[in-house]
Amino acid sequence: MATHLEKLSTPGRKDIPVEAGEEFGILDRVLRFLGLAGAIIPTAAVLFIAAVLLVSALPSILFNGLGFLYHQSWNFGNFYSSATVTHNGIQAPTGASYGALPIIIGTLLTSIIAFVIGVPIAVGSALILVEKVPPPLRRTLSFFLELLAGIPSVVYGLWGLIVLGPFLAGHIYPILARLGAIIPWLGPPVGSGLGLLTAGLILAVMIIPIVASTTRDLLSQVPVLPREGAVALGLTSWESVRLVSLPWVFSGIVGASILGWGRALGETMAVLIVSGNGANFLPQNIYSPVSTIAATIVALLDSAESDPTGLAVSALAEAGLILMLITLATNILARLMVRRVSSTSLPIGRGV
Amino acid sequence: MRRRILDIVMWSLFGVALALVVLPAIDIIVGILAQSAGSWSPELLFTPTSGVAGGLLNAWTGTLMLMALLLIMAAPIGVLGGIYLAEFGSQRLAQILRFGSETLAGVPSIIVGYVIYLVFVVKFGWSFSALAGGIALTIMVIPYIMRSTEAALRQVPTNLREGGTALGLPPSLTIRRVLLPMALPNIMTGLVVAEAIAMGETAPLIYTAGWSNSLPTAQLIHQPIGYLTYVVWTYINQPFSQAHQLAYSAAALLLVLLLLLIGLGRLISARASRFNDRFQV
Repeated sequence: MATHLEKLSTPGRKDIPVEAGEEFGILDRVLRFLGLAGAIIPTAAVLFIAAVLLVSALPSILFNGLGFLYHQSWNFGNFYSSATVTHNGIQAPTGASYGALPIIIGTLLTSIIAFVIGVPIAVGSALILVEKVPPPLRRTLSFFLELLAGIPSVVYGLWGLIVLGPFLAGHIYPILARLGAIIPWLGPPVGSGLGLLTAGLILAVMIIPIVASTTRDLLSQVPVLPREGAVALGLTSWESVRLVSLPWVFSGIVGASILGWGRALGETMAVLIVSGNGANFLPQNIYSPVSTIAATIVALLDSAESDPTGLAVSALAEAGLILMLITLATNILARLMVRRVSSTSLPIGRGV
Repeated sequence: MRRRILDIVMWSLFGVALALVVLPAIDIIVGILAQSAGSWSPELLFTPTSGVAGGLLNAWTGTLMLMALLLIMAAPIGVLGGIYLAEFGSQRLAQILRFGSETLAGVPSIIVGYVIYLVFVVKFGWSFSALAGGIALTIMVIPYIMRSTEAALRQVPTNLREGGTALGLPPSLTIRRVLLPMALPNIMTGLVVAEAIAMGETAPLIYTAGWSNSLPTAQLIHQPIGYLTYVVWTYINQPFSQAHQLAYSAAALLLVLLLLLIGLGRLISARASRFNDRFQV
């Protein structure tokens, strides 16, 4: 064959001699090898991250035992006293005790608020975007989803601090607090506008793009025949959405929502800025200052470095390990739910 | 009649939902740009920060430097990995590696930063440095680049691969001369998204890149580097109005860069669809 096609030409490019097959055999192998190396890196990175976290969390796991999960106070102890205490072979400064319950609760509550508020808004807006908005406008409006997905999380935090927080504390929370007579955790005091509910609302805005863009893409894949059938039966457009389109894409939406929840669990900067940094206590009501695992790691690592025994850094690693386990569980659950029913895979991360 | 009313009520609710998506986006952009409007000046862009005042020169050049490092490190790994998953990997292996990559994308960014801090900054003794920050960002965005590369290659019709094989081309040549050029626009859109993510990250950088008032240099380790997101989150906590202004300006600059990146992404995909129309893909 090589005699016929001595040279294979591609327009505008250097000719490639085909006889050089041997050389390309090597090239194939090189590309294959490099590709494999690249494809392995993410998986290796996950294992590496898990291993490093586990190893550096080990002293804390030994020292704190299960109490880490249900104690409420996060106390470095006295770094400057030379006296140390030893427990299970782990040295710690006097007075050190680590309990992650408040930040675990804070992580779960903020993300659950984000889920409960963000998911209906995301699904609703995706529905109207696909079913009612004319295509040219749809492109423009989709731009806002892209924008929300791309806005840096510190900018969300800044907006929460100077715009959303004060607005909510001044105009919305006082009204909401009147419901406190019926639902106690909605009651006053409403505080400064930095706390659990504000953090949850900011997170809701941040997870909307993930859920909305996935829902939009899934909805536009619903085949037209069953929908025409719904119209032919005289259903209103809401009924056709409820009975045909939504069941068609339901598990995909559930998957995307869980993925969004996972993102809210691990979000750091925005929460750090608007959560009010409530350390060492459980939230009293829905406006109460809170803190999350991710925010605590950023806030405390600096001072944790001064612990001469290294236990403070280890305790943060243990908190990180718990966060990683929770987020991985949500991620895997989300992907399994979607893979079972649909060929579209979920977006990763922010869902741009 | 009740059904008609329910229909109207539901679609009105969805309309409100859409408004709740669009309004915060507009409010963030307009609010932040308006807050920073007073302090826009050439000095802002061309003087470095000093203490809690000054400009943002060190920060935006640092951000660009980190983005460049990211492109150098993450793009080859992600694109090669994506090529492998789309073209070479056996079904089973590719599935496992893809799962690993999706899992990595779900790991919170602060955890990536924390591990890079423990290993590279402390253990390897690099101290806060551009390279440590770049590695943290790279680990975060590889899954995005890999995913978009794989998806881009999968969109290229199979008969082009068969054509390549029929001509006796080795796979590497088919990939390089036929598949990659066709997939290139989508791969590039993926890279733009990765850059946008990296530009906006803070959590993985605080304990890896550190912060510096001076301009980035070619020294990649043992020297911290500044970046825009740091200014936003640190300076807003300072009790000085100058510091606050600087935080607003940094946030505004980030938004402008984000809009530019989104525009670039749209430009590339618009060109891509023209290209695809021409070749009837």
